[in-house]
Amino acid sequence: MKPGADKSTTSSGADDARPVGLLGGLIRDLRQRIGSGDIGVLPVVLGLAVIWIYFQAQDSHFLTPRNLSNLALQISVSGTIAIGVVLVLLLGEIDLSFGSVAGATAAVLGVLMVQYDWPWWAAILAMLLVGTLIGTMQGVWIAILGVPSFVVTLAGLLIWLGVQLHVLGDAGTLNVFDRHITSIASTFLPAVWGWVLAGVAVCGYVGSHLVEDSQRRRAGMSGQSRPLLFMQAALIAVMLFGTVAVLNRAYGVPTAGVVLFVLVAFFNWVASRTRFGRHIYAVGGQVEAARRAGIAVARIRIYVFALSGLLAAAGGLILTSRLQAASTQSGGGTLLLEAIAAAVIGGTSLFGGRGSVWGALVGALVIGSVSNGLDLVGQPADVKYMVEGAILLLAVTVDAYSRRRLAVSGR
Amino acid sequence: MNDGSGLAAAPVLALSGISKRFGAVQALTDVDFEVFPGEVVALTGDNGAGKSTLIKVIAGTHAPDAGTIRFDGAEVSINSPRQAAALGIETVYQDLALCDNLDVAANMFLGRETVKGPALLGRLSDLDMERRALEVLKRLNVTTIRNVRSPVAMLSGGQRQSVAISRAVMWNSKVVLLDEPTAALGVAQTHEVLELIKELRAQGLGVVLISHNLHDVFEVADRIAVLRLGRNVATFRRDETTPEEVVAAITGVLETTK
Ligand SMILES: Nc1ncnc2c1ncn2[C@@H]1O[C@H](COP(=O)(O)OP(=O)(O)OP(=O)(O)O)[C@@H](O)[C@H]1O
Ligand SMILES: [Mg+2]
Repeated sequence: MKPGADKSTTSSGADDARPVGLLGGLIRDLRQRIGSGDIGVLPVVLGLAVIWIYFQAQDSHFLTPRNLSNLALQISVSGTIAIGVVLVLLLGEIDLSFGSVAGATAAVLGVLMVQYDWPWWAAILAMLLVGTLIGTMQGVWIAILGVPSFVVTLAGLLIWLGVQLHVLGDAGTLNVFDRHITSIASTFLPAVWGWVLAGVAVCGYVGSHLVEDSQRRRAGMSGQSRPLLFMQAALIAVMLFGTVAVLNRAYGVPTAGVVLFVLVAFFNWVASRTRFGRHIYAVGGQVEAARRAGIAVARIRIYVFALSGLLAAAGGLILTSRLQAASTQSGGGTLLLEAIAAAVIGGTSLFGGRGSVWGALVGALVIGSVSNGLDLVGQPADVKYMVEGAILLLAVTVDAYSRRRLAVSGR
Repeated sequence: MNDGSGLAAAPVLALSGISKRFGAVQALTDVDFEVFPGEVVALTGDNGAGKSTLIKVIAGTHAPDAGTIRFDGAEVSINSPRQAAALGIETVYQDLALCDNLDVAANMFLGRETVKGPALLGRLSDLDMERRALEVLKRLNVTTIRNVRSPVAMLSGGQRQSVAISRAVMWNSKVVLLDEPTAALGVAQTHEVLELIKELRAQGLGVVLISHNLHDVFEVADRIAVLRLGRNVATFRRDETTPEEVVAAITGVLETTK
């Protein structure tokens, strides 16, 4: 399957253009997915439903608009970072440093704003630049020197944590009250704008698919079955408008949630529709084939790690906004685990070449719901760590298992 | 099919006096080798005879220590696979040629994707690529692959090899180098690939086929070149020789020089 290509596309041989009914299309789609070891997000969505029902039964506050709004805020940090994790995993690499990178860049932001009185925009630019530089350095180390990413970024985890502590120095915690920074996590879209945003997203999705589909048909290639396309669009519309409706009943759509959504949409486009994205999948799928095809493998790796650093810094920004402070704790705790879990739960393989950026959003929602629910029912950190660790282990096990299936079913 | 009588007068690729040494190992010594347009030349020889090394010299992976390479009559030096591709020389390796996670069309255009917009962030024209991939497969009579959007992981070994070969010849190439393309294949799949090789010949390409399988060699090759310990031993016309004679040349019983 083409990376991120529409999962519902039934077939495209020119001689295979006979129309398929809705049910036939669905069944064929499902069969193809199972056959290719790509079971899609369906089980994850089911899992999410189970988690929600469980916590709702434990505490009726769980599914209130207010708590869901809180959940949206909570996943904005891990979700943003998870985008970078997906890109790195698609390459067949790993990044363990982004928690520290988020923390270190948050420290840079705090120090520049509080101790050096930099304007907010300059401080943000500086922190994003620092994150990108850190990622680039790690990428060069991995791609040029050939040191495994696991080791480089594990070393990075310590190094950037050290940098974070050093930059913060005696201050330990720097309160960041600048309105521009805090507004990311403390402001909400007016109700109307939430609707408009959802409307634009749905129209954009449907429009681009319809255009593409009619182009295919005009070219004599079979497209998607129309009913399937409309069903999919309807599903997305229900989900988006439903989310906005719920969030509007609390305070509105959180700005940080919008930021996450836009970042996910953009990087999903990059991964699935651009040459750069195609090359990421190729390097992760079979690096030797990619090299022989003339792809500059080292350059792709460096770019991806640079992006990972940039996204970690963006996560650090949202984190600072939420905490209204940069502290020695920023970026620590379960953040690392949650971002990796989000990517893997969302269907991105640890073995490279398989997965999608969209999936990370769903994954972040799953792991975020568990974290939020456990907090809500008053479970202490020890239980939280164990449960989240177990979920990551489960997701990775499913990944390894489906990879084995793939090896058996493929050729 | 082509019986050799319709061959062009001039070789598209001609190597002469090629030598290559790896440390203490003299892998190739004063080797001559020619391919004409519309011809399949089989390259055989025992393990370690230097077949792969010769292919890699042509493909731009190894620089020869001595000797000249002429392409389309002009002397060239091929220092990288990219240069070889620019001349019109493509290589298909037996393994690691395709990305399992990408579909047929994406593999055929790997590294040469059609995009609209700026180079790296340009939008992929998947539709164009799929259409052209289908055209190429059709032109080459690869009938077993009908859906260019199916992931390569789901194809059979023969289909995979067909994709790899089709990809190699879709970029105006003139010479295709195939390193043991049928080594891992069953009977039907081998047949599929051999048919494709005949099709390449019919379309005027020069094909170099490395193979240990004399049955395959006798089925498709016009000429059979035998290397032994890095030297030319003999070159046979397929019509004028027998498997026994070729085996004798490979094992060194026959002491002819070209
Ligand atoms: N990169 C290399 N470094 C050192 N020695 C090499 C290298 N490549 C090939 N050789 C040596 O050169 C000789 C010829 O090897 P080559 O791979 O060309 O043989 P071959 O005819 O392809 O054999 P096979 O049928 O086993 O594939 C062998 O002795 C081999 O060990
Ligand atoms: Mg060899």
